[in-house]
Amino acid sequence: MRRVVFYFQVHQPFRLRRFSFFDIGAGAERFDQSENARIVRRVAEKCYLPMNKLLLEAIERHGEQFRCAFSISGTALDQFELWSPEALASFQALAATGQVEFLGETASHSLASLVSIDEFDRQVISHAERIEKLFGRRPTTFRNTELVISNPIARRAEELGFDVILGEGADPLLGWRSPHRVYRPEGCEKIKLLLRSYRYSDDIAFRFSNKEWPEYPLSPERFAGWLAALGPREKFVGLFMDYETFGEHQWESTGIFRFMRELPAACLATGKLSFATPAQVGRELDPVARLDIPRAISWADAERDLTAWLGNQMQKAAHEALYQLLPDAWRLARAGIVEPYLEWRRLSTSDHVYYMCTKFFSDGDVHKYFSPYATPHDAFISFMNVHDDLARRIRAALGTLDEEQIAASAS
Amino acid sequence: MKVLMLGWEFPPHITGGLATACLGLCEGLHAEGVEVCFVVPRARGDEDQRFARVIGANQIWLRRELAPPPNSTRGVDSDGSGGANSSDTESSVRAPNATLASAAQNTVQPPAPHERAPAPVAPRHTFVENDRSDEPLSAYFTAAQYERWLARLAEGERRGAAATSERAEQSFERAHTPLAELNPSREPSSAEPLAHPLPAPALQSPAPAPSAPPRAVCERLEFRGDYGADLFGEVERYARCVAELVATERFDLVHAHDWMTFPAGELAAQRLGVPLVAHVHASEYDRSGDHPDERIRRIEQHGVEVASRVVCVSHYTAGILRTRYHASDERLRVVHNAVTRTEQRERLRTTKSLPEPIVLFLGRVTFQKGPEYFLEAARRVVEVEPNVKFVMVGAGDMLPKMVERAARLGLARHVHFTGFLKGPDVERIYAMADVYVMPSVSEPFGISPLEALALDTPVIVSRQSGVSEVLSNALKVDFWDVDEIANKIVALLRYPALREHVRAAGGDEVRAMSWLDRGRRLREVYGELVS
Repeated sequence: MRRVVFYFQVHQPFRLRRFSFFDIGAGAERFDQSENARIVRRVAEKCYLPMNKLLLEAIERHGEQFRCAFSISGTALDQFELWSPEALASFQALAATGQVEFLGETASHSLASLVSIDEFDRQVISHAERIEKLFGRRPTTFRNTELVISNPIARRAEELGFDVILGEGADPLLGWRSPHRVYRPEGCEKIKLLLRSYRYSDDIAFRFSNKEWPEYPLSPERFAGWLAALGPREKFVGLFMDYETFGEHQWESTGIFRFMRELPAACLATGKLSFATPAQVGRELDPVARLDIPRAISWADAERDLTAWLGNQMQKAAHEALYQLLPDAWRLARAGIVEPYLEWRRLSTSDHVYYMCTKFFSDGDVHKYFSPYATPHDAFISFMNVHDDLARRIRAALGTLDEEQIAASAS
Repeated sequence: MKVLMLGWEFPPHITGGLATACLGLCEGLHAEGVEVCFVVPRARGDEDQRFARVIGANQIWLRRELAPPPNSTRGVDSDGSGGANSSDTESSVRAPNATLASAAQNTVQPPAPHERAPAPVAPRHTFVENDRSDEPLSAYFTAAQYERWLARLAEGERRGAAATSERAEQSFERAHTPLAELNPSREPSSAEPLAHPLPAPALQSPAPAPSAPPRAVCERLEFRGDYGADLFGEVERYARCVAELVATERFDLVHAHDWMTFPAGELAAQRLGVPLVAHVHASEYDRSGDHPDERIRRIEQHGVEVASRVVCVSHYTAGILRTRYHASDERLRVVHNAVTRTEQRERLRTTKSLPEPIVLFLGRVTFQKGPEYFLEAARRVVEVEPNVKFVMVGAGDMLPKMVERAARLGLARHVHFTGFLKGPDVERIYAMADVYVMPSVSEPFGISPLEALALDTPVIVSRQSGVSEVLSNALKVDFWDVDEIANKIVALLRYPALREHVRAAGGDEVRAMSWLDRGRRLREVYGELVS
């Protein structure tokens, strides 16, 4: 029986206001909370709520035969708690069925894995605790921000106790090998690597509504037929995608909801497919080979590298400047002044540097679509002004620490 | 393919971006194998002839018969052919002066059409009684009158009879006299045309052409070739000369740059029976906002209407022609400007003489360029970065006002005015600047940000410009959003990564721009009209 593994990424960043130099040091609000509230409510209404209902119905209809997984970023959870408690409740209802897995990730959807192991650990652990508290089970599968993975990142996830890690089934990584089998990253002892099947994932996430696509319109039966017809050595198909695919990137009018409603039955009807969570596949299958991932790869763009976040000078400078603030922000947090550190975390969300991407001409359309800024330069300017503002507040707060606090912060 | 190109400027004689663009297009067309004959009003002999045969309307011989009518005038002494016709009457000289004086005033202060229309009639009558088709262009305020003028001009040229040449002479006389009065020191330069024989064989001979009537003589008209007080008179005489040129030489297509050459272009295309391409580098609405000079507006609109294709320097300009002149998309084409290789220079090794960061405005200090927004942004920047110097380079009608405003805003210590700078000084100031700002209110293209980037200076450009369409890596602002202009100036000064990015990525974009691409594009537009 071939396993169909759905994992949906749920994430919302805290978008910044257009923050000019006049605002620096003036106590001005950094985040565009009215816009953030508006967006999360809209996406909840158009995507999270209807899709969660649809998946809950699938579980009711097909019982244990339908399963799927979610990774919800900490910033998205924050926003649900602030502005859309009903969305959070509907995810909790899915969790209550016991057939939906919730994955571990960095709390603020950050790129900490590339810079600071300490911060990476803090974010992963705090997020795991929060997931356990909200959804009743501590995550055993890890997925890093934007599916960024490398040998050391997988190794660290293993050390933090995860059994399974997800990654991108990138061609340069796999070569002739199949993305539909379980691997083990080089340098790891027991963690299992499940890869995204970009071909079948993108059929749903990108091509589904494209009228130029020869397969348009795609029926659930045909899609199920493709998966069923794969060779006997293809053990599972990882369909990993942004949850906002449903209702946001692909509008309801494209028929995406109907497709998803009918897909479970169509897959099960083939007699060759069944659904599983990543943790389940990890328990069922052993790795067929080691995969060497010396350089970090991601699921983004044609390059599958990090250039969407750290490709140009602005992105690198902003990222570097942010992490220079981390030691002091963390010192303050240990001394009991947590506010600057919490704000630092929201700034560490990868979307902020993603908005500064200048790869206009090949993949730029996607970037533009998701950016609240007119240009990447505007994104950089607002971010750096906010950074400057935070840096001033951190410096000021450090100056106010008493001896007891200094001792605490140094420990 | 052989193209007759009409334009008011050609390098090395430059007053704005027009000349550079014309040369660039000629270079591009040359590479495409298109033969271009470029007519400027006044050739000085040192024009860049690498990619086009450049001739002056002042070098074109107009034929006329020697049948002096009773009121024949002094003639053409000032153009060096002196004394060919010495019969002189005071009255015929005086009268036109009166007409022109009012015409010149009109140029400076365009009156409302309905108010002013009847006024010129009175003085004109005393003078033009004998031939109404000689009414000066500047007197025309309605579309109907303008078309009548064009028609008469065409009609007269076709007849080629004594009456025509008489009109030509009168027109010249009228137009010339006030010029001489305004600027008598120009006399020596008027001999230049003789020192530079015409390059075109067809125009080589100053003697009557073999086919000319036996008693015909030839004359040449005088041009300033600038945008001075007699601009409308020059536009008219230029059209006359171009019409004469196409009587002796064939072209497959006529391409006219900006309104000054539209009448000539229409006339030439009509006479040759070939398509007209009108090229808009700047529309009257860019120059004058919502208060266009009605005469220019008419000419521009007419040119846009009759041309087979209208080439614009940007989508921004195409948009203006669409809304203001209802130009249809089927005839509108966009060919962006580029930079010539000489503008793609290595960074000048200028040692900065000032330790303070420099923010630069460079351009004509006129309404169109938005200098007041620069000052408003400066006021905001110095609040947080008191060491920054703002430099305003250029001259223009708003300069005195800007100097006063800078003082009033308390910016006297921060803002420096250099007036008009030339060549090497311009490059130096670009290279010295840390930020170049172009806050134009309406900029059809705007080549200066490309020059700044070529010299490694990061730029902020207004979205109300054509150049913003071709630069992804310039910082962009709405000209009225002075807070945002200030914000971006400060960001460029404070964040080296942003500065480096705009410099490097913007510089790459500039270096990738080529007139050869633009020539290819223009050739395609021609191809739509001529096989």
